[in-house]
Amino acid sequence: MIKLEQVSRVFPGSEVPAVVDLTMTIGDGEVCVLVGPSGCGKTTTMKMINRLIDPTSGKIYVNDQDTSKIDPIALRLGIGYVIQEIGLFPHMTIAENVATVPREKGWPRDRINQRVDELMHLVGLNPGTYRNRLPADLSGGQRQRVGVARAMAADPPILLMDEPFGAVDPITRARLQNEFLRLQEQMKKTIVFVTHDIDEAIKMGDRIAVMRDGRLVQYEEPDKLLSMPADDFVATLVGRNRSIKRLHLIKVNDVVQNETPFVTPEASVDEIRSAMEERKTNTVLVVNAVNKLQGVISRAELKGVEGARAAQIAQPVQNTVEWGATLNDALAVMLNYGERYVAVVNSREELKGVITLNYLLDLVRDDAAA
Amino acid sequence: MSFWEFFITRLDRVWALTLEHAWLILVAVAIAIAVGVLVGVLITYSRPAAHGALYFCQVMMTVPSLAMLGLLLPLFGIGFTTGVIALTLYSLLPIVRNTYLGIREINPAVIEAARGMGMRELSILRRIKLPMAFSVIMAGIRTATVMVVGIGAIAYCIGAGGLGEFIFRGISQYNKDLIVIGAVCISLLAILADFLLKRTEKRLSFRS
Repeated sequence: MIKLEQVSRVFPGSEVPAVVDLTMTIGDGEVCVLVGPSGCGKTTTMKMINRLIDPTSGKIYVNDQDTSKIDPIALRLGIGYVIQEIGLFPHMTIAENVATVPREKGWPRDRINQRVDELMHLVGLNPGTYRNRLPADLSGGQRQRVGVARAMAADPPILLMDEPFGAVDPITRARLQNEFLRLQEQMKKTIVFVTHDIDEAIKMGDRIAVMRDGRLVQYEEPDKLLSMPADDFVATLVGRNRSIKRLHLIKVNDVVQNETPFVTPEASVDEIRSAMEERKTNTVLVVNAVNKLQGVISRAELKGVEGARAAQIAQPVQNTVEWGATLNDALAVMLNYGERYVAVVNSREELKGVITLNYLLDLVRDDAAA
Repeated sequence: MSFWEFFITRLDRVWALTLEHAWLILVAVAIAIAVGVLVGVLITYSRPAAHGALYFCQVMMTVPSLAMLGLLLPLFGIGFTTGVIALTLYSLLPIVRNTYLGIREINPAVIEAARGMGMRELSILRRIKLPMAFSVIMAGIRTATVMVVGIGAIAYCIGAGGLGEFIFRGISQYNKDLIVIGAVCISLLAILADFLLKRTEKRLSFRS
């Protein structure tokens, strides 16, 4: 548990305090997102928790211990710290980067190596391929993964994350967020997450702390924040059309439609046509015996291919989202690929169903009416 | 007597003086590296100290080399030591300055990440700052070395030996060949030193 009691911070030479009289409690296993415009004090607040910045007044407790009475090095070794990918050490390999904290703690070499492999698997980087590469050899998304692995190296109960997914494109960011939420479901870490992006806050947070000019404006669960903004500032921040924002809160798992028209790879053109008639659609998905998505066929592609099998006509499907993604991610994928639906697949690439644009539109319309 | 014959008859002397010169440079630069890197690191923690130290080194560089020897002579007398001290003072500036700048120019986010993860200042220095500033520091060492190989000629005047002997004797005897031998040997020594340092840098940075 992290507790802040009337914490203030004034930077030397500055008239305006960066953080004013902040009191809040972050429960064990909770993701608390600090959100607000730049200069609102959210990063300062986070850095006061691991004493990169000391408060001018007030007390901070981590697990009921007054942090001002703990050696800062010991405090920090117990708190994972993730910043944007630029925080990786450019001269060290991925394995060396991930091993930073265990090495600092003096673990034996075997144990460090084992832990590094374990963590790289956990964040989806094959140790055999990436262990000895340098950060510069990796893509932005991969570097962010390394940043997360590095912070979790010594399995700290608390993680501080400063815009950890800030420097990648929206699609990659959504994937990283989903991966991280899946990890968090198992790890149950206490997380302080700083972002300026309200959408990210709504998606990631169990509780959201909206900050402005160094003050805490509202500290609420995402759903309540959307339905009952404390003032105009919060209302503007979360946006007028909150039913659209709520797309961040709904997981594809909960609403995926299972009655997808699909055919086997061996299906004939006639069978494909009748599947389309039956569902009154212009597209069918091709799915093999073990439920793996093989491709998609639209009505236009059925012309002049009599006698062919589904597997030969099918086009690859790129507009997919993973199990655990939000409806907002699904919408982003539709827009990105210019399709009116997305296929939902699990981590073994098995088809779980589809979500259509019409479904999303209905959902948003219903919400607005309610 | 042609230049080549002149050169061949003095080959032993050329060799001895070149080694003497190289040794003088080696000792001076080694001391300058030890002192310069240490000072360069220390002044990254204090802006006023950095200004003071860099200013001092800058002033040292502007003192004409003959005047420098003149000032050091009453303090340390004639001989090798005085030569080493003079050359060390000259080579300090590039080493101190490059160490300081190399560390200061590291992305602050990297150092803050290290601090935020609980690394102690000494491990940050050893594992983050110095390795990341390494190529800049090496550039400073190379500049300093090449420079003092040239300045080193003057060390002859205070009895510290070296290739300056050819040049100054050439001047006093109106012997152009002697001057050329001295100048060429000094240039070759500078090129060789730069090449060796470049190789050392490559090898060391490949290892990390």
